[in-house]
Amino acid sequence: MTLLASGYGLQLLWGALVTVSLTLCALAIGTVLGIAGASAKLSRHRALRAVGGCYTAVVRGIPDLIIIYILYFGGTIALTKLAGRYVEVSEFAAGATALGFVFGAYASEIFRGAIGKVPKGQHEAGHVLGLSTVAAFLLIILPQAWRLALPAFGNQSLILLKQTSLVSVIGLEELARAASVVSGATREPFTVFAGAAAIYLVLTATGTLLLHHAEARSARKYAGGA
Amino acid sequence: MLDLGIIRSVFPDLLGGVVLSIKLSLLILLFGLLLALPVAFARNATSPALSRASKLYILFFRGVPAIIQVFLVYYGLGQFPAVRSSILWPVLRDPFWCLIIALSLNGSAYTGELLAGAMRAVPRGLVEAARALGLSRARTLQTVVVPLAVRAALPAYSNEVILTVKATSLASTITLLDVTGAARLAASQTYAPYEVFIAAGIIYFVLTYSLSYGLRQLENALAVEGQH
Repeated sequence: MTLLASGYGLQLLWGALVTVSLTLCALAIGTVLGIAGASAKLSRHRALRAVGGCYTAVVRGIPDLIIIYILYFGGTIALTKLAGRYVEVSEFAAGATALGFVFGAYASEIFRGAIGKVPKGQHEAGHVLGLSTVAAFLLIILPQAWRLALPAFGNQSLILLKQTSLVSVIGLEELARAASVVSGATREPFTVFAGAAAIYLVLTATGTLLLHHAEARSARKYAGGA
Repeated sequence: MLDLGIIRSVFPDLLGGVVLSIKLSLLILLFGLLLALPVAFARNATSPALSRASKLYILFFRGVPAIIQVFLVYYGLGQFPAVRSSILWPVLRDPFWCLIIALSLNGSAYTGELLAGAMRAVPRGLVEAARALGLSRARTLQTVVVPLAVRAALPAYSNEVILTVKATSLASTITLLDVTGAARLAASQTYAPYEVFIAAGIIYFVLTYSLSYGLRQLENALAVEGQH
């Protein structure tokens, strides 16, 4: 315990901070990809629907670890080609992109399901009110779909938080990697990894609380109707 | 650009890893399911102590990343001299068994929660009817509750199975040469990491895709006509 109170404890906490920022960045990227993916899946064009379907199928079938490696090494190759000289992609950027890519695939399924659950009459009401398709989607469908998507979306975000630990394999010093480094230095691996586990538990518990709060809020807003 | 020649040439190197990945997946699924049963029964137990213990178990294993659990078992346990001198040490220092122990415990928490939910979803009236017909508690469980719960849990469990196969890629972080481990090795030897990991991705995709196809067939075979 004294071990974690020393500078090593700070190193773990710094790692936790990286973990949280990585989660938030991947969440932002993934939400955008999720909306794009859901739009593709709900599109009238068969080709777009196929692209959306492939996106989810590929991510479902391949371990996140492999996707992180592919984007890390592939990103370096792509950037080098673009810049005309050797450029190494940052571990953080590669990790956030890879996890965002994975998150987006699951989020697109969640959004598609939620949008499908909004009654058809709501679309029609938007048209009757003279709203354009885009305006009706943004003003009428999306707010209702968001409420329906929230529990699954939150759950997936908590999974994302834990999956950030995989970015440690490409050397980013987030919490899991920091724990490995500290355990090597202190020779007390169990204590250190147990400490890291405790920090992760605090993070996931905080995430769960935030999620419940958000769900309660979104339910309250619609308590009268829907 | 992507070199298809390298992708093709690296497959033989990765195929050795496939055997290990499949072996790990099967053992983890087996032990995970066996451990999930007591977790699920405890979760639904009327005794508050039992159900609380099960809840804590599930909370810990679902709240902490699997890689940390793998490290706790593989690197962590050796910290204790008592573990190092015990008869279990040959098992506990073997990365193969460490991965199986960590991921089986992890999987049992997810599967346990799933089974517990499925068992709660079995209509009470059916259980009461079975009891009224004179079936013992154990017999009711065996002939009514478990078959119905298994059928209800199967779609979510199929998902679990795929996630488990993907999670075995963590083996590569503790020196094992599963598909990912073999890919890491090949990447460092060929200096073409991008192509190598794409080849590994293709292998995983084929594995999980055929597996989910098989599981869907199983779901269809078990589905009762008229339902869904």
